[in-house]
Amino acid sequence: MIREVDVAVIGAGPAGLAAATEAAGAGLSVVLLDEQPAPGGQIYRAVEGADAGLMHILGRDYAEGRALVAAFRASPAEYLPGASVWNIGTDRLIDFSRGGAIACLRAASIVAATGALERPCPIPGWTLPGVTTVGALQILLKTSAVVEDDLVLAGAGPLLWLVASQLVAAGAPPRAVVETVPKGRMSAALSRLPGALRSAGYLRKGLGLIAAVRRAGVAVHAHAEALEVEGGAAVTGLRFRAGGREHRIACSAVGLHQGVIPNQQISRLLRCDHVWDAAQHCFRPVLDAHFRTSVPWLHVVGDAGGIGGARAAALQGRIVGLDLAVRAGRPDDGRIGALRAELDRDLAVRPFLEAFYAPDPAILNPADSTIVCRCEEVTAGTVRAAVRLGAPGPNQVKSLIRTGMGPCQGRVCGVAVSTIIAAAQGALPDRADYYRIRPPLKPVPLTELAAYPVIGPEVEAREP
Amino acid sequence: MARRLAGTGTAVRFSFEGMAVEASAGDTVAAALLAAGHRNLRASAVSGAPRGPYCLMGACFDCMVSIDGVAGRQACMTEVAPGMDVRRMAAILDDGEG
Repeated sequence: MIREVDVAVIGAGPAGLAAATEAAGAGLSVVLLDEQPAPGGQIYRAVEGADAGLMHILGRDYAEGRALVAAFRASPAEYLPGASVWNIGTDRLIDFSRGGAIACLRAASIVAATGALERPCPIPGWTLPGVTTVGALQILLKTSAVVEDDLVLAGAGPLLWLVASQLVAAGAPPRAVVETVPKGRMSAALSRLPGALRSAGYLRKGLGLIAAVRRAGVAVHAHAEALEVEGGAAVTGLRFRAGGREHRIACSAVGLHQGVIPNQQISRLLRCDHVWDAAQHCFRPVLDAHFRTSVPWLHVVGDAGGIGGARAAALQGRIVGLDLAVRAGRPDDGRIGALRAELDRDLAVRPFLEAFYAPDPAILNPADSTIVCRCEEVTAGTVRAAVRLGAPGPNQVKSLIRTGMGPCQGRVCGVAVSTIIAAAQGALPDRADYYRIRPPLKPVPLTELAAYPVIGPEVEAREP
Repeated sequence: MARRLAGTGTAVRFSFEGMAVEASAGDTVAAALLAAGHRNLRASAVSGAPRGPYCLMGACFDCMVSIDGVAGRQACMTEVAPGMDVRRMAAILDDGEG
C-alpha cells in the first residue's frame, strides 16, 4: 500500500515550515520532507541549536527563525528530516531516499518549497579550492561556528553585506569587500526607491550592515571589474580593477556572490510552465494567485517561485497552507487576505533591490576562456561555438558538449548556460529555455533502487 | 585558514586520506575538513584539477568524497561520525577499487 496524505511539503525553510504548520493546524494530513537533519532551510539553518554567542553574531533576523521552527514542531505535521526527494511522478507519487532506503508517498497536493540557489559566478579561477559562495561561508558559520580568516568577499547583493557584517561580529572580518555594482546603478534604481520605502526596514537594515562593515575598518573597493581568482592548487589571491587601477589582494579564500535565483529542479521535473524574469535575471515557474503551477496540484512557495526573501517566503507558505485547507472545505477566517496584504508590503523593497543589485554584466557574459560548467569544465567559448554550430538551446548544447551533464545536473551552470546561449542568439533566455530536468533529482545508489519498495499493480498503474 | 570560534561541542575523530581529523559533533564532513585545513577534496572529472567545497548546501557536488568505501558522497550533506574513513575519490580510482 502506498501511503496517501492531503499535503506533502518539500523543504523545511521558512516557506515550507509555514505551509506545513498552517495546513496541519487546519486539520489536513501533512508530511514535510527535507534533505537536512534539522528544520530551518538555509536561511535559518541550525537555528534550534545556535548558542547565545552565535545568535548574537548572526543577528535578529536569523533569530526570527526560532518561532517558525517552534510553531512547526508544535504542529501536527509529520516531519521527515534527512529525506532526499529524487522523483515526483505525474501520478503525484513522491520517491525519496531516507536513511539509506527508498520510500514513497502520494499526496493530493504537493508544495515545493525548495528555496534558492546562488547565481553562478563564472569568473577566471572560480573552480579553485578556497573559492566558495558567500552563502557557503554563512552555512559554515551557522552549522559549525567556523570562519575563514584570510578571506575576500566579492560580488554584489544584500547577502554579501550581511555575511561581511556577521564575520565582523564574529571577530573575523574579511580582508576586503570587493563590490561589483557598476557606476550609475543608483540613478537607474532611483525611480524604484519611493516604492521601496513601504518596506523601509530592509533599507535601514542594509545601510546599517554596510556601515558596520566600514566602521570595522574593512577595505571596501567599489565598482570593481575584471575579477580573477589567482592560484594553482588553491586560492592565493584576488585580482580586479577598481578606481582606475589594478589591485591584487593576497588571500586563501574568496567568497563570491551575485544574488540568488529560484531552485527550479522540481517544477522543471514536472514540466511546469516557466518564464524568464527580466527584473530578477532568472527563470521562475508561472504561478497563479494560489501559488499553483501549470500542474494544478503542484504549488511553489518561497524563493523557489521567485526571489522574495525569508519573510515573504514564510508569508507565502502560510497563505498556501491556509488556502489548501479552505479549498478542502475548511472555513475561511479572513486571515488569507490579511497575509496577502502583508506579503505585498514586504515585497515592496524588491524592485529597488533588483535594479540596484542586478548581476554584474561580466558574470552574465563571461570571457570565452572562463569555465561555466564546473562539473564538465566547459568554457563559455565552447558554449558559444555550439550555438554557432546551430544548437538552439541548452539541451542541444548539453548533447554536444556535456554542459549540465555532470553530478550537479545543471544546478550551478543552468542559468549561466541559458543566458550565454540567449546572448549569442541576440534573444531573451525564454527562447533558449532551460535544461530538461529528469529523475533522479539526486544520485540514488543502485543498491537502494534494487530494493525499490513499490511492487505489483501499483507500479503498473503509474503513468509512463 | 578556516578556524573554529570558541565554544564548540563534543569532539568526533575521523580520518581523511589516513590523516587524523578532529571534528565537532554535528559538523558536516565538509565543514570539519575545511576547519582542519583540508580544502582540496577531489580531482575534477575532466582535467583532474583540484576541487573543494563550493556551495556547502548540496547543490554543486564539488565536495564529493568516498566515505567508508562508498564513492560519490557529498561531504557537505553527511554528518561526521566517529571513525569515518574519508578519502578522495581519485585516490580510490588510482587504487583500482573504484
